[in-house]
Order: sequence, then structure tokens, then C-alpha cells
Amino acid sequence: MSILEINNLSLSFGGVKALQDVSFQVPENTVTTIIGPNGAGKTSLFNCISGFYKPQQGTIHYEGRELSSGIKPPKRAALGLARTFQNIALFRGMTVLDNIKLGAHVHMKSGLLGSMFYFGAARREEMEIRREVEHRIIDFLEIDHIRRQPVASLSYGLQKRVELARALAMRPKVLMLDEPVAGMNREEKEDMARFILDIREEWGVTVLMVEHDMGMVMDISDHIAVLNFGQVITEGDPGDVQKNPEVIKAYLGNSDIDSLRKKLNPEEEAA
Amino acid sequence: MRIGDAKQTYEADEAIWTSNTQKLWFGLLLLILLLFPFMADSYLLYLGCLVGIAVISTTGLNILTGFTGLISLGQAGFMGVGAYTVAWLSLNTGLPFPVTLLLAGLVAAAVGILVGLPSLRVKGLYLAIATLAASVFLHFIFAEWESVTGGMGGLSLEPAHLFGLTFQSDFRMYFIIVTLAVLMVLAARNVLRTRVGRAFIAIRDRDISAEILGINLLRYKLMSFALSSFYAGVAGGLFAYFYRVVTPESFPLSMSIFYLAAVIVGGMGNLLGGILGAAFMTLVPEALKLLTAALTPFYPNAPVFMSPMLEIIFGALIVGFLIFEPHGLAEIWHRIRRFFRLWPFRN
Repeated sequence: MSILEINNLSLSFGGVKALQDVSFQVPENTVTTIIGPNGAGKTSLFNCISGFYKPQQGTIHYEGRELSSGIKPPKRAALGLARTFQNIALFRGMTVLDNIKLGAHVHMKSGLLGSMFYFGAARREEMEIRREVEHRIIDFLEIDHIRRQPVASLSYGLQKRVELARALAMRPKVLMLDEPVAGMNREEKEDMARFILDIREEWGVTVLMVEHDMGMVMDISDHIAVLNFGQVITEGDPGDVQKNPEVIKAYLGNSDIDSLRKKLNPEEEAA
Repeated sequence: MRIGDAKQTYEADEAIWTSNTQKLWFGLLLLILLLFPFMADSYLLYLGCLVGIAVISTTGLNILTGFTGLISLGQAGFMGVGAYTVAWLSLNTGLPFPVTLLLAGLVAAAVGILVGLPSLRVKGLYLAIATLAASVFLHFIFAEWESVTGGMGGLSLEPAHLFGLTFQSDFRMYFIIVTLAVLMVLAARNVLRTRVGRAFIAIRDRDISAEILGINLLRYKLMSFALSSFYAGVAGGLFAYFYRVVTPESFPLSMSIFYLAAVIVGGMGNLLGGILGAAFMTLVPEALKLLTAALTPFYPNAPVFMSPMLEIIFGALIVGFLIFEPHGLAEIWHRIRRFFRLWPFRN
């Protein structure tokens, strides 16, 4: 069953066609990855799904329901679509804990008056969120040592992890990760890959990810869609995608299959 | 040195004062505030009241500009709305001061929401101009709507009263002002450490991510405007009760700039900073006047020489603070705290 269905999506900015007739499906409870060269339209596709761009044509169905352009980003967040950004988009002036709590914003109710007096329901709600964040997220992502630190003081890898934590606090059904391991060292990448797999298995969350690191993509993806010049070239499981000549052409611009195989199969390269 | 502050519950960890030492200091501060009017002379008492009113208004502006990132030059206008509301109510109804002040805050909040409407589309300097326009407009209403505001002559009002008790003297007004200042700063602290306040800060830091987290930008920006002008309205109402006369000239544009300067000098996005900034901006000009008086016996020409210089020295002090302490007065306080956190072991 597909939790997210993209049908014939087209998006252009003036004369630039960012997406042309893009269709693909995200099966439920999988790690689905979109790959493709720079400028292929991967982030534009993400922005269409989360509601920042309005595609000129095509539809997006989420849990069988159409996400029309009238459903704005905050509403989509409340429906269970969470995402992280390619460039870290944390709130730099706040602590790690406050950043994560913000993820739970849509699941809280207290308004201005309750907040002012910090009494009764508002206070109970704050404590529940704190407990949930501590038990489910901070422990899980192993960031308990930095919970009181301002985000701006953290390393890049940790900031990415906090951004993931914030997205998890939204209790998502679909988690969209835009280049989750870009710029990380090997150890950080391995941690992140482990978290992504655990999120799918333990939390039952569907992961939709854009990533350039082929080693990781091939290792953890169940399903891959390849985008080039705004079009889906192919989709399938990692094995199929690696062999597809169109994909090879998109990445190398010719049919030098051997060097592509190395690029797509880092382990073979090592051996 | 800070020791023994391990927590066993989240409630204890999320409290405003997390240690007994902090509670003790806060209690001491309250005690000093309570005893101050019994020891101060009338001049100091007058200054104390002014600082209290400035603290309330600055805290409001800090919520809007410092925490939500929306710059506003309308603060004096909102205070004016509060002051006229109190003056009109005191002349036309017999309501006691807690009711009139609450209404002053609510009317100002309603005006603040209207003024805040453009904030969804315009930011930064453009918003400053939009709020500036609003404040000019409000000033025009104060001067021209004679049947309600009394025109250029303004309104004179009766002293604040409650249960037959009138608050005519500065001594009595001090208790109203300081009680409200303490309560309103605490309320602001509560807002800023819970859901609504986090949403404000999120909008300031990165509005796109705020939206992706499900924060409705318009709703929270307007909420911030409403809260900020509520504070301004209450401060304006206290101003009206304190001077017992309200004219359009009581709330000039320079007053809005005064509060913006207080927020910046104190430390944007820091409640303590707003308090320190309000005190600084109110007291330093007075301190400079005292300095002039102290110099007069030695240099008989001091007043002639100093009085035109006061503004310049005041301005230079502000510039100096911005250069040497860009995070504001609050940063000095934080440095002192950091020092004592490990003292006497590592400095």
C-alpha cells in the first residue's frame, strides 16, 4: 500500500521546468529514496509535498486523500508529514530541548492565558511533552548530554541529529529527510543510517529521503526513484536501479558502466 | 559555586528558580522592592514609579521585537491608547483601577492586532515604517477626536481608587506599579518558557521552519502584537494614573524610540535585559543631572556647560554600550553569574 502517491506532477519557475510529469509512489513503512544529479528537482519535489511550492499540474495523495494547494504547510505538518532541510533549519537561539519540544507544537493545545499563568492544563501538558521528548527521542537519538546546550554551539553532525529529533517530535507518519548525512564523517553517517532504520522498524514511520551518498542509499533503501532534469527515469529496488542504463547515463553522461558500478557499489570498489 | 542541584522530577527541572539560592535572591529582591518606598525620598520614589512603568512597557516590546523578531515603532501609540482608555473610563464611569487597567490593556491589544496585520507580509525595516505610520495615525486620533480624547488639551483624571481607597500619592502608586511590574514580568517569563513563547522564538529564528512545524505564522505574530500592546496599554494606564493628565504630547514618537533603545541596550530577547534597559534609559539622564548638580560647587559654570551636553553624553553612552556589549546589559549579568558558578575553584 502506498502512503504517498505522486501523479503527473509538473512545476516550473518561469521557463525553468523543475519537475515534469513526475509520478512515483512511496510504499508504506519503507525507506524510499530519491536520487539524482544536482538540480534534478529533488528538493523542489520535497517542497511540493510539504506545501511550499504549488505545482502547476498533477496531484499528491497522502493516505488516500488529496493534498490540494489549499492545505498549507502547517496543516500538512498536523497531518503527519514531517521533514528536515538540506541546510540545517534549527532555531539557533534556543536550546536543543526547546527545539525538540517545538516539534510537538501541533500536538499541544495550551493558549496564551494558560501559558501566562503556567497553571493546570498548560503545566501538565508541558510536563507530558517533556517526558515524551526525554523518553522517546532524546534517549533514542543519544543526545542527552547536549539537551541544555544552545543549538548554535553544536557540531554539524549533532545539529543534523537534533533536526531529526525535532521532526520525530512531530509524531510523523511520513518523515522526509533532505540529505540527512551530507557533510558527515563516517561514524556520524553510520549512526544516522542506524537511526533511520530504527525509525522505520520501531516507530513504523515511512521514510522518504533525498541523499547523494550512494553507499548509504543502496544499503538502507527499500525503494529508489531516480530523478533527472525534473523527470523520473526509473524506480525500483536498489538492485534494479544500480543496473539501469538510464541511471548510469544520468550520472556519468556516457555509458562507462564500470566506473559507474564503482560509484554505485562502494563495497565492490573496496574489494 | 553551584552544587547539589540534581533534579528528580521534570517539574523541578522546568521550574523558573531551580535552586534555593535563586529563590532566596528573588525573595530578597521582593523585600527590597517592598521596603524601598519607606526609605526613599520623594524624588527617588518618583523615579521608582517611572522605572516600574518603563519595565512593563519594555517587557511588552521585548516580547514583540526581542522574542518574535517583529520591530515596532508603535509602542508609545499603544501606551497612549491605554492611557486614554483609563482617562475616559475614570471620567465617565466609576470603575476601580484593576478593571480600568485591564480594559486599557485589552483595548490596546485590539489596536495592536490591527496594527500587526501587515506583519505577515512585511518584515524588518518595512514593518518599522508600517508601525510608525500607525503611531502617527494614533497620534492624530488623540489630537482630533475631541469628544473622547479632549483634543490637544487632553484629559485630567481622578486618582486611582479601589474599595474606597484612593491612590493619590506617589507612595501609594508605587505599590500598584511595582506589583503589576513583578506580576507581568513573571507572566512574560511563563509565556516564553511554554508552547506559545517557543512559537514566538521559532518565528524570530527561522519562520520557514516554524511553518513546517505547524506554527500558524499569522496567528502567532498577531498574538505577539496583542500581548505586547496589552503590556503597553497597562503601562499607559499606569502612566495616566501617575500623572493624572493625558495629552497627545504625552506619547511622542521619541517615546517609541526610547523603548526600542531600552530593549536593545538591555539585550534583545532577554527579559532581564529589558528590565535593565528600562532602568538604564530612565535613570541615566537623571544621574547625569545629579552629576551636574554635584559639579556646580566646584565649577559654577557647570549647568551652562552641561545641560546641552546631557543628550550628547547619554547618546554616547548608548553607542558605547552597543559597541562594547552588543548583547546588552543582560550579558554583563550573565558573565557575573558564570563567574560565581565555579567560584572559587576555576576562574
